[in-house]
Parts: sequence; structure tokens; C-alpha cells
Amino acid sequence: MNNTLLALAFGALLPCLALSQPAEAKDWSKIRIASEGAYAPWNGMDPSGKLIGFEIDLAQSLCKRMQADCEIVAQDWDGMIPALQQGKYDAIMAAMSITDERKAVMDFAGPYGTEPSAFSVLADSPLGQVVFASKRVNLSAPDATGEAALAELVKALKGKSIGVQTSTIQANFVDKYLPDVSVRTYDKLDSASIDLLAGRVDAILGDRSVIEALGASQGGKMVQFGPDFVRGVLGDGFGIGLRKADADLKAKFNDALAAATADGTVSKLSLQHFGYDVSVK
Amino acid sequence: MNWTLMWDSLPRLLAALPLTLTLVFAALACGGVIAFVTALLRLSDYRPLVWTIKTYVFAFRGTPLLVQIFLLYYGLGQFDAVRTSVLWPFLREPLWCAILALSLNTGAYTCEILRGALQSVPAGQVEAARACGMSRTLAFRRIVLPIAFRQMLPTYGNEIILMVKASSLASTITMMELTGVARKIIAQSFAVFEIFILAGVIYLALNFVASQAIRLGEKRLQPCG
Repeated sequence: MNNTLLALAFGALLPCLALSQPAEAKDWSKIRIASEGAYAPWNGMDPSGKLIGFEIDLAQSLCKRMQADCEIVAQDWDGMIPALQQGKYDAIMAAMSITDERKAVMDFAGPYGTEPSAFSVLADSPLGQVVFASKRVNLSAPDATGEAALAELVKALKGKSIGVQTSTIQANFVDKYLPDVSVRTYDKLDSASIDLLAGRVDAILGDRSVIEALGASQGGKMVQFGPDFVRGVLGDGFGIGLRKADADLKAKFNDALAAATADGTVSKLSLQHFGYDVSVK
Repeated sequence: MNWTLMWDSLPRLLAALPLTLTLVFAALACGGVIAFVTALLRLSDYRPLVWTIKTYVFAFRGTPLLVQIFLLYYGLGQFDAVRTSVLWPFLREPLWCAILALSLNTGAYTCEILRGALQSVPAGQVEAARACGMSRTLAFRRIVLPIAFRQMLPTYGNEIILMVKASSLASTITMMELTGVARKIIAQSFAVFEIFILAGVIYLALNFVASQAIRLGEKRLQPCG
């Protein structure tokens, strides 16, 4: 009796086990690409829920060059890398910076784009009055004015609260350079901006174009604060995230990307979505 | 399985326990008060009050807790009237929003549990108490309430366990409780399996203690021996 029940239970489970096996597609005629859809203008969603943005257009252009049939899926940022490793999709194009921590568990093609990180505060916040020595700080090799600007930033933000997106280079930046602030982590930068507007956090930190897009959608209620930050803990640009085992796919993506850069497609798409060139020079 | 990572992450996860316990105990305490008041009003003869309570219970049992937390945290904060009100110092903090949402949620469920228990007290027992000369209030306090508590305990134990698990939703509004910290560690180590297993085991341990406490309570409230 008991054995029959056990057999029945396992029988019921079998289809689930079979489904959890990732579909193998080694000739790469079909590629599944994940993006977030909450990080415009890099990747966003139109009102009908369709993915749009620079990375979506670029992905389609790359796929055409690789003669692959691509499916672009929306995936929450949180958990994006583990799902890649489990084979839920084959590539990530979601404004993901190439960092050493990530390179330990995955591989990247590219980079295909880059941009600085920037803070945003409310337009009427006293933080907006602070004057900085530098407009851009290179964290890999900060010069004297860069060091001064960083020190001013630490002083101005002491005891304040800052909103960042979880598991981002910006979260690493706050951990490393701003030990005296209370950090709130959000699953999306959109949510952090809602809390900035509500006055729950004093500043938010994100990629500059996204910060600007959020500010533009709020009609001047949010303004940029402090200098731009690049390199160092902020990584070396956005890459196409891939599994380490898929070296052949990496080569395909890199070839397609080189072709798209050479014929000006990347710059053209960049101008169309950002108004300036985000491609890596 | 990365055992070293699990072992190294354990102290960080345990450090989040006080916040999880704060959420659970605060929600159960506030929710208990809400449930007691609303259950009594629900059984009163005053129609408008009964309908108000019915609507409250319907709304909070009928919508997902996640939606309630988001509405209270992100929703209310969008209104200037709320941000300038005396309540803002409370609603500004994610901790209070989480406690409020959990309390209102468990309050609605517990209200119904308590109402059912109160109504299940046999009429004969109340009549006997009245015949002994007890006033209605005294009979309620000495006879109806103790019996009702005994009746509701197993079901309420369920609700306590559900609350322990529901507290994990507070991580969605930036609270660094057990699940929040687990997600943060995963964000740094990309080890979903190991860390969530560990978090799951901690929740299991919490609920083991909770269910044992409830069993003990049930035993002690047994009428004969």
C-alpha cells in the first residue's frame, strides 16, 4: 500500500524533473537573450509589456548578423546570473558591467557600451548646493581634484541614506567609498526613485542615462548631484553576459559586435536612444 | 554544494533574525489587538460596524499581502497629503509600513478565527453560567473567552506559522530581514541554492519552536488533565 503511494508520488513528479532539464542548442541557430526591461533607455518596456530600448535593438541587429533566431525575454535583475547558469537563457544584455566578481562566475562578450554612474537628489535638497572640485572622477586612477571631489562626497553624504539597485556596481561603490551612509537596496532603480521622491532616501545612485531618464520623467523634481564616476569598482563597460562553457557563442557575439561597430550600427542606435554615443572607444 | 560559503554566511543570516522576530512579534501583537476588537464588533448588533468589519476582513483576506505592502509603502508615499501629515514619520520608515501591513493582514484572518471560536461556544454553557448568577460580561470573561481561546488555538497556530513566513515579504521594501540578507548574499556570491537552503532551514527552526509552543499551549488548555 505504502509502496504504491510512493510510486504514485514519484510518478507525478517525473514530468517536473524532465522539464527542469535545460534545452540544449549548441549550433546557436536559436539564442535566448535576457534583459531586464526596467532600465530605460538601455532596456525598458512599452505600455503593452514589450521590451524596447538600445540593447533590444542591438541584440536584434547582432542576431541578424549571427543568422540566429533570437528570443528576448524579460527577467528580474535579481537572480539574472544564476538563471543564466541554469540554462534558462544563453545570454544577458541588461546594462551589466564587466567586473572581476562577475568574471569569476561567468564570461562576457564586448563591451558594447559604457557610461558613468551618477547621483540624483531632489531639486530642493540642500545637497544640491554642494560644489565639487571635479566633474568626472576616474576611480582607477583618481587625480588630485578627483580625490578632493571624493572626499567632498563622503563629507556631504555622511549620515544620509542612499538608494541603489541590489547587486549592481553602484551598490559596490557605496559599500567601498561611503561607509557612513545607510544603504537601502531595491530590486529596481525605479523603486528607489519613488522613495527619493517620497523623501525616504536622500539620494539615489545609478547609471547616468538612467538617472537622467528618471529625472526627465519627473519633470525637474530630481537633479544630478556631484560628479560622474567611472572605472575602478564601477567596471569596464557593459558586456554580453555568457556562460563560461560557451566560448563559441562568445566568439560569435564578438564578431557580430565588431561588425556592428565597424559599420556604425552601434553609434546609430546609441544616438537614437541616448542622443549621444555610448559605444566603447 | 559550497559548504564553506554556507558556514561563512550563517553568522550574517543569523544577524538578521532579530529583525525577522521583531516583525513577527509586533505583527502578532498588533494583529491580536485588532482581531480581538474587530471580532467583538463583528458579533455586535450594530449593523454599520458589522459591515465595516466585514469589508475590512474581505479586503485584507482577498488581496495578496505583497500588494498590501506595496500599497502601504510605495502607494501612500506618493500623496502630498500623507507626506505632510503627522503619520509620515511612521509611514516614512519601511519597518513601520511592514509591521502595519502584516498586522492588518493577520488581524483580518485572526478576526475570523476568533469569531468562529466565539460562536462555537455551546449556548448551554453560557446559559448555565447565567443561571449561576453571572452577569453577561462576567460569563463572557470566565466562560466564553477561555473556551473560545482553546478552540481557536490550533487554527491560530497556523496563522503564527504563516506570519513567520510572511515576514519575508518585508524584504521587498528594503528591509534587511532574513530573506533580504539572503538575497544580498546571493547577489554577491551568486549561490542561490546554498543560501536559500540555509535561509529555509532557519525558517524551519523558527517554525519548529513556534509549533512546539502552540502544542504546549494546547496541552495546558486541555479541560481534563
